Amino acid sequence: MKFLLKALPCIFTFLLALITTTNAEVHTPGRMDRGIPSHGEKTIQVVTACDGKKKVIVEGYYEGEVLPEEKARQTAHLLMDLMEFCELEITAKIPESEMVIQLSVNGKPFISVKNLEEIPLVLTHGGTPHSEREKRIWEAEMDRVIGEGYKIFHDPTLGANGISCDMCHPDASNTHPETYPKFQTQIKKVTLLREMINWCIENPLEGKKLAEDDHRMKALESYIISARAGKKIEPGKH
Amino acid sequence: MSAKKKDKTPYISLPGISRREFLKTAVTTGILVASSGCASQYSQSLAEQVEIKQGTEEFMFAYISDSHLLDRGKEHRFARSLIKAVEDVNAMDPQPDFVLYGGDLAQLGLREELTLGKEIIAELKPKVHMMVGEHDWYFDMGEAWKEFFGNPTYSFDHKGIHFIVLNSVIVEDYWSETNMSPMDRMLFMAQLDNPKGRPFTVGKEQRGWLSNDLSSVKKDTPVVIFSHSPLYKYYKSWNFWTDDAEEVQGLLSPFETVTVLHGHTHQVLTNKIDHIVFHGMLSTAWPWPYAPEGIPKYTRQMNRADPFNQFDGTGWGKIHTIPNGNVNKTYNLWGRNPTVVSYDRILTEREPISDPSY
Repeated sequence: MKFLLKALPCIFTFLLALITTTNAEVHTPGRMDRGIPSHGEKTIQVVTACDGKKKVIVEGYYEGEVLPEEKARQTAHLLMDLMEFCELEITAKIPESEMVIQLSVNGKPFISVKNLEEIPLVLTHGGTPHSEREKRIWEAEMDRVIGEGYKIFHDPTLGANGISCDMCHPDASNTHPETYPKFQTQIKKVTLLREMINWCIENPLEGKKLAEDDHRMKALESYIISARAGKKIEPGKH
Repeated sequence: MSAKKKDKTPYISLPGISRREFLKTAVTTGILVASSGCASQYSQSLAEQVEIKQGTEEFMFAYISDSHLLDRGKEHRFARSLIKAVEDVNAMDPQPDFVLYGGDLAQLGLREELTLGKEIIAELKPKVHMMVGEHDWYFDMGEAWKEFFGNPTYSFDHKGIHFIVLNSVIVEDYWSETNMSPMDRMLFMAQLDNPKGRPFTVGKEQRGWLSNDLSSVKKDTPVVIFSHSPLYKYYKSWNFWTDDAEEVQGLLSPFETVTVLHGHTHQVLTNKIDHIVFHGMLSTAWPWPYAPEGIPKYTRQMNRADPFNQFDGTGWGKIHTIPNGNVNKTYNLWGRNPTVVSYDRILTEREPISDPSY
């Protein structure tokens, strides 16, 4: 919904821009009429936003040419609206004659967007919708890391005395990942989940703590967070 | 005598119950005794006034359970906890009539672990009755345990009560077909939150034995059952579950007074099904959290254990028999005040008690 609200002014601007651009063909004098020599190339003007990442290609105008006020205003609005969406490099092309906008995100080939409402979605996905293959790979990777975490969580060799995490936390109960960061009274400072995991490894398990970038730490965190997702918090009980 | 009638049997105070607890109970049962300033004196004066309806002699026994010893010597934290419990029981005055060991002496069923446990338990001054848990059993299917402690299924009589010890951790064979090694099988059984685990049973053979054993017991003789897993269905995902619980309860239900004491769940846990009362025992090693569902309403839940205190939520306990053959249960939680779950309290409670145990 939030996205849609953000998108509405942009869509409106696009519409105006397109109408104006289309109309411009009729009302704006051609380049020969304006006495600018032709080099056999398509006339375009590129306008760049202040972030340096958003550009609008306005077809039908030479670089450096003064755009008519209305055209310039619509171009500026379009840039501002694009900047609302994300930090990516986005190039929008306003063709001279077709009722489409062409978008390129992060230097990928231009794609045509016929339905203006598709634009926020297109931008979110970096210009290319996720393929089924991609989704399967990501899911499998996520499952792999969580599965690795499950194994480590149930493995006494994480510590040194035969005790494993699951012996006090079946199904990761009593871990409350959603409550971190929090002030942990006994540690006397604001503690992250990974610091509490390391406390358990060093104390009940009598093992050596894991480095923060250790793949086992990432796996343990992934398992704990996934196992507790959506669980009701009952402080003091579980 | 029906169970309902027996519910009205006056409560007798016992040594070891706090004055506050005693007074509260005395008031609820309509008995008022002039204050003499000492709980033990109350007990004596009350005992003289109340007619004992059944001939069961009052006595007390202790339990120690779920030590989960590893083959790491006596300095390992779990061994130190069991030693602490043994020392606590030996320091009791008066001494309990006997001690029940509630199962899971070992963690991985190894002979070395059981040897260590046997050595520590041998220090107990009172007589010990042993019960088997799944951690003791599934490495060698109970061979070492039976060699050390005898038959896991037996009964005995003590001061008018018929005691029965069951092996309630029998699981259908799923390991032969998949060629699991003994240690694979053990590790599989030792994981509480194993989604592929199978539920415990008492099993047909033992149910037959139980039926036969009970056939010579009068229906008004109080019966106390010791089982490792709860003889009801608590939470299957963590195997707090006995699959043939209803059949076993069916064999027990003709008896007027039945108490079941179980290990395995490592927590303060109380249930009552029909007139059968169930109490969970504490572990000396670590507390399990409460399951997300299925906690019996009679349970007076203990607060979450402090992870920074290795003894919190663990301990041992005492069971006082009362003249009608039922029991009052005392949880001796290390580092907290004792929690008493009296028979009277179970009868009068309609809602679970939420007051903290420390």
